[in-house]
Amino acid sequence: MDLDDALKTYIIESRELLEQMEDALLRIEQAQDDPEIINAIFRAAHTIKGSAGLFGLEYIVAFTHVAESVLDKVRGNALHIDPELVALLLESGDHIGTLVEHAAQGDEPDADSERHGAELIARLNTYLGHRDEQTAAKGGMPVEHAPQIEREGGHSVATDNWHISLRFGKDVLRNGMDPLSFVRYLGTLGRIIRIVTVVEAVPPISQLDAESCHLGFEISFQSDADKATIEGAFEFVRDDCLVHIMPPHSKVAEYLDLIRDLPEEEMKLGEMLVKCGTLTLDELKKALQKQADWQRPIGEVLLENNIVRPEVVAAALDKQKQVKDSKTVENNLIRVDAEKLDQLINLIGELTIASAGTALVAQRAGISELQEAASTLSRLVEEVRDTALTLRMVQIGGTFNRFQRVVRDVSKELGKDIELVISGAETELDKTVVEKIGDPLTHLVRNSMDHGIESAEVRLAGGKPAKGTLRLNAYHDSGSIVIEVGDDGGGLKKEKILQKAIEKGLVAPDANLSDKEIFNLIFEAGFSTADTVSNLSGRGVGMDVVRRNINALRGSIDIESEPGAGTTIRIRLPLTLAIIDGFLVGVGSSSFVIPLDLVVECIELSEEDKYAAEARNYLSLRGQVLPYMRLRDLFDVKGERVRRENVVVVQYGNARAGLVVDTLQGEFQTVIKPMGRIFSHVNGIGGSTILGSGEVALILDVPRLVQRVTTQVEKNGLELA
Amino acid sequence: MGALVKSETQAALTQAAGIRQYLTFALGSEMFAVGTLSVKEIIEYGQLTEVPMMPDFIRGVINLRGAVVPVIDLSARFGRRATEITRRTCIVIIEVPSGDEQQDIGVLVDAVSEVLEIPAGEIEPPPAFGTKIRTDFIHGMGKVDGKFVILLDVGKVLSVEEISTLASVASQGASGQ
Repeated sequence: MDLDDALKTYIIESRELLEQMEDALLRIEQAQDDPEIINAIFRAAHTIKGSAGLFGLEYIVAFTHVAESVLDKVRGNALHIDPELVALLLESGDHIGTLVEHAAQGDEPDADSERHGAELIARLNTYLGHRDEQTAAKGGMPVEHAPQIEREGGHSVATDNWHISLRFGKDVLRNGMDPLSFVRYLGTLGRIIRIVTVVEAVPPISQLDAESCHLGFEISFQSDADKATIEGAFEFVRDDCLVHIMPPHSKVAEYLDLIRDLPEEEMKLGEMLVKCGTLTLDELKKALQKQADWQRPIGEVLLENNIVRPEVVAAALDKQKQVKDSKTVENNLIRVDAEKLDQLINLIGELTIASAGTALVAQRAGISELQEAASTLSRLVEEVRDTALTLRMVQIGGTFNRFQRVVRDVSKELGKDIELVISGAETELDKTVVEKIGDPLTHLVRNSMDHGIESAEVRLAGGKPAKGTLRLNAYHDSGSIVIEVGDDGGGLKKEKILQKAIEKGLVAPDANLSDKEIFNLIFEAGFSTADTVSNLSGRGVGMDVVRRNINALRGSIDIESEPGAGTTIRIRLPLTLAIIDGFLVGVGSSSFVIPLDLVVECIELSEEDKYAAEARNYLSLRGQVLPYMRLRDLFDVKGERVRRENVVVVQYGNARAGLVVDTLQGEFQTVIKPMGRIFSHVNGIGGSTILGSGEVALILDVPRLVQRVTTQVEKNGLELA
Repeated sequence: MGALVKSETQAALTQAAGIRQYLTFALGSEMFAVGTLSVKEIIEYGQLTEVPMMPDFIRGVINLRGAVVPVIDLSARFGRRATEITRRTCIVIIEVPSGDEQQDIGVLVDAVSEVLEIPAGEIEPPPAFGTKIRTDFIHGMGKVDGKFVILLDVGKVLSVEEISTLASVASQGASGQ
């Protein structure tokens, strides 16, 4: 195994764990003292520390250790979670993140982060209080948890031997350590009564890497040496191995802990208890015999005969269940390199084009069997395409949840009480879109908190609750995903925006603008109405960047605002950037593709309308006004006008428009091909695709066209005939 | 293997002597040339899709084995008549650096003629006037058999920056009508 690769994996994992930790920390404020959440936080910190030790990242081990100790106290109910502690732990999490980034860059932490770390450690230490607590935890292993022992059953087990539980790390052999030598060394300190080799982790021979160590030992050990001496035997492997040392006559509670802490292997309850030294082999055999007779779970059998204490059995059963649960979850997820996925999507794109080509040839050949086969093929390819595309779909919830932290931090900074309400978290969209939406969303959220939501006094005076609400919402709507950022703040002030825009020379003083146009002014470069420039926003950078980013994703953004009631910013984005269902239309000798999701219906341009349409710029669609545009005129297509023209009615957002074309050529699987930088500013064309014939067809930028058609109508007014 | 090494050393030698290879092609009655290093391939003219609202010199796009490649009419780019399509019309695919990536651009020419080796000593700087083409498009004038061949500066003639600006202006103009 290449160490660089391993380190990379560690860093990726740590980032994920930190994210989980942060998420859990944010949740714990609401769900007070939920042991599951506290355990999750502890596990995250523990794993980060443990793995850091493997790579010799001492600075991460040292810092994380202190945080872990505090978490351990929380876990043992010796400390109570309060907002202050959560804040400190969040900060500590951030610091661990910084340290991990240092590790990623391959350098040591600089003076700044070291100072920050020392300060955090000092603050964490105040929670730890006692000095001896720290030394006890210094071993890095969950050793004695004094408070827990008092809380749980105080019975001691019968055996008067030490019990040592060893799980060697995978890389022990590679690091030049021989597991056997530790066992031998142990023999010099006392007598090994019984040793059980744990082989559950050994993979099948075909997957076995001879250089990896998969072994563990359960040792029953008789010795007069003290705990520190025995611990010392494992000094060299402590970082990458799990070592549990139980003194003679340990409390039942400690065995409970041990069972929980053992690496997750599915093993028989009885064997587990023997390994833990709680039961002798004889006792187990008897129990097994009885189980065979009665066909009852071994735990119950043991209990009935009063061989083991109920607490121990319960913990072991619990453990087995946990192992099973986590296994089912793990089996359902596979981590795949995003690049491989992209490659697959590209190939499927080519496949789609090739299949369209085949269908075309089959049609021309006029052989019905061939046509049938081709159509079966097309259908399958279509399914494959849809499935492949869903592989890239991720829920937006992950992105939304990141804002819990942003809202928490920013509201503290602003001294406002703001609650974040998330809905539609399960809405799915393409991963590439998700990656690019984070920054614009952050801008919008911060902006809403800073400018949108008023201070508590103003809110109370306005008859609103002191606590402001920020909403993040997502939903699917005709082939797009809509993401809303809403607040219940003061709303946009039209007069103020207009005045500022005139001041900055963005609009003429006598301009007559609609509400929408005025709101959209805030997306102009260099525009900001905040009277004072704060740390967060108000410098007029941001909103124009937001709009540019959204446009780059073929999306759009608009604002709805009600004075006194709040503002909602709505972002509309395409679901995917790779393959879409298209509708092929012909104008003259050229073909164009319209995204099928945006097509509402197709109608023939009637004679009556044709003449009437010459004089005005709208059609009558079942009595409704429909602004339209002739693609032939817009694109200046040469050639004769055909006798029967068709109108494709498209809808984007709330606006509808008709596009007049010559012919309708039907549905078509469209693989979007980039047009390159040369055509990046072309109006009305959103991309290109390759038809089955090998010809290139252009994809219409419907949002842009609809906008043009409707503004044209707004400008010229409807010349009602 | 031996032959390969030999040809490699030969290439190194010609490089050292300042001899470079040029692909020559005809545009109307004049001969032009571009360095072979930037030429990716030469294909027959066919199946071109026009892109609306573009300046005249952008003829359209073609499908080059799954990639969409823009095609530039060189003659129109030089401010002359648009190239008429004949049996010998070819598209030369040229790799042009654009920012930190490479962009493939197709160039429409009347006929491709041959690959020539022109020593640096036989190349003269572009004349200040008299060529009817923007002088910054010209890398130099190569002398071949007593005749001049215009060596083009591909980076300038096919500047992605400039072409996309012109395309954008043309498209804005068209939509402003």
